[in-house]
Amino acid sequence: MNSKLFAFVLLTISATGLHPVEAADVSVIIKNFDYSPMELNIAAGTMVVWKNLDGEPHTIASVDGMFRSPALDQNDSYSFTFNRPGVFKYICSIHPKMKATITVK
Amino acid sequence: MTDPSRRDALKCLGVGAGTLFTLQAGVFSAFDMAQARVEDMGTPLFLQISDTHIGFNRDANPDVIGTLNNTIDAVNALPHPPAFALHTGDVTHLSKAGEFDTANQLLSRLKVSELHVVPGEHDVTDGPGTEFFARFGKPSNNRGYYSFDAKGVHFIALVNVMNFKPNGLGALGEDQLTWLKDDLAGRSASQPIVVFAHMPLWTIYEPWGWGTGEGEQIASLLRRFGSVTVLNGHIHQIVQKVEGNITFHTARSTAYPQPPAGSGPGPGPLVVPPDQLPGMLGVTTAIIGEKRRISLTDTTLA
Repeated sequence: MNSKLFAFVLLTISATGLHPVEAADVSVIIKNFDYSPMELNIAAGTMVVWKNLDGEPHTIASVDGMFRSPALDQNDSYSFTFNRPGVFKYICSIHPKMKATITVK
Repeated sequence: MTDPSRRDALKCLGVGAGTLFTLQAGVFSAFDMAQARVEDMGTPLFLQISDTHIGFNRDANPDVIGTLNNTIDAVNALPHPPAFALHTGDVTHLSKAGEFDTANQLLSRLKVSELHVVPGEHDVTDGPGTEFFARFGKPSNNRGYYSFDAKGVHFIALVNVMNFKPNGLGALGEDQLTWLKDDLAGRSASQPIVVFAHMPLWTIYEPWGWGTGEGEQIASLLRRFGSVTVLNGHIHQIVQKVEGNITFHTARSTAYPQPPAGSGPGPGPLVVPPDQLPGMLGVTTAIIGEKRRISLTDTTLA
């Protein structure tokens, strides 16, 4: 694990005290037909939580089929824990123009 | 649930509302329906309904069940109801079983002998589309695409929401394109063709994915036919194009309008003043007249 990221993770855990686990949750916001951030670097074992703020539903569908959310209505969330390293591209299956990448180390 | 004034306004649907588009030799001519004689109207062949989005309940239309019911009442009240109906997708908003059940219950009130349904991307967010195909997969052996004939017209149902091009346009995929080639091969060029699918089969606006990647290949297969009508939904507004003998036409939604191409951050629900909403929702009816002319009529709930 990247030592700088690990330090950040430890800091986050101690600051929130919510998840006494190896890695803290990371958020991705969906707004105005975009994922933010569009590129995310995380450590293996991290849970990513997506939240849709748009009035239009969106999904999180990995290109390789590893994960796929149901359609998220406004303010709905979906989470997935990345346990193995790799580069994971995903799209919104309703609006496939929406694309983002998660890199797990 | 239903605004009485809206219901009264619906009574005029089909007897003067809208514009009749007559397709003859591939060229649209529009004339006011008030001047159309009954014998000019031909036999109503089918209804196109689209983008019912059952499950949607946001500001753009908190009552999509009500507006669908209004639409069905208006269609059932037509002096000559269409023989069957095509639904060009987005039956539901979130692919949920309960939404499909509600939609089926509502659509079963349509006084038509058959309902042919192609999926929209909102109907298959559960991956291979288990909920959609459990209900509408039978005619196609769960492929989604199939063809049938009615009154001498060849109808082709296509699915362009389960494969996507890298630029976000819809796609048929190789298997379906091969099937389409085979389905059209050897068919007489004089037979009228109606193709229906959810996303536009020609590119209307690529940045929002309003098109189909193999559009040109599809059009090239259709060009030899004398009368081709391509019907789509997806964009919740009417856009049409005539290219040779091929007429491309998108239908209104019964649920909510969307902005014109490129207006705003993306193709989401468009909130309009409540009194303007009925004028932005509606259906398309098609008649087959003499010399097998196919005419499309767009009517709104206003």
